Amino acid sequence: MSQAVQKKVVDSRGSFCPGPLTDLFKAYRSARPGDLIEVWATDPAAKSDITAWASKTGNQLVSVEDDEGYTRITVKVTNKKA
Amino acid sequence: MAQATQVRQGLNPQAQKLSIIVSKGSLDMAYPAFMLANAGAAMGMEVHLFFTFWGMAVINKRQEANLQVGPDASPGMTTAAVRDAVARLKLPTIPEMVAGAKDMGVHLHACSTTLEMMGMRKDDLVPEVEDIVGASTFLQLSENGQTLFI
Repeated sequence: MSQAVQKKVVDSRGSFCPGPLTDLFKAYRSARPGDLIEVWATDPAAKSDITAWASKTGNQLVSVEDDEGYTRITVKVTNKKA
Repeated sequence: MAQATQVRQGLNPQAQKLSIIVSKGSLDMAYPAFMLANAGAAMGMEVHLFFTFWGMAVINKRQEANLQVGPDASPGMTTAAVRDAVARLKLPTIPEMVAGAKDMGVHLHACSTTLEMMGMRKDDLVPEVEDIVGASTFLQLSENGQTLFI
């Protein structure tokens, strides 16, 4: 198995709370330490929810970027054993 | 499944466990319980749902997919309006919420006395239900966490 850092895109556009969070969690379950997960969301709560998730679970919020009509929120998996 | 999200050590224990008493069997009361439960599980919390009295309808095989808006909803709010909104927003249905909760590690418990009162058996409940417990078991499970009554 490759140890290379993976970046997963989770498209939660059109999904409402807690949809983006549960989508992120599903990606997190199969992620490896160091992986990046980028959530695309239109739900206005996603930014604060995912920021809270990162803070509570000890993972790292990398960036929050507004694009046209949606937001890309990237987290790094830093609190998961291999 | 093992708890996939590891909660940081040293946090307030209340912040690590969420227990919800689901006492109502209406569509409008089932949603908030499952939204909070599923969000809690995604946050890495240990989550317990305790279904009691009318809440048993939510995990009754024959009723789960047909919950109605209850009398406490806003005047004029109808079951059809809620179902329309759920479809329009592509929100999960209640059976999908229940399955999703189980998948994320939420524990579903049914109240033994209610089951008896309603002449039901474990076979009448959706397969996501983990066990049939009494009040003291729930109190023990929920100890040192935060508990909500819905």
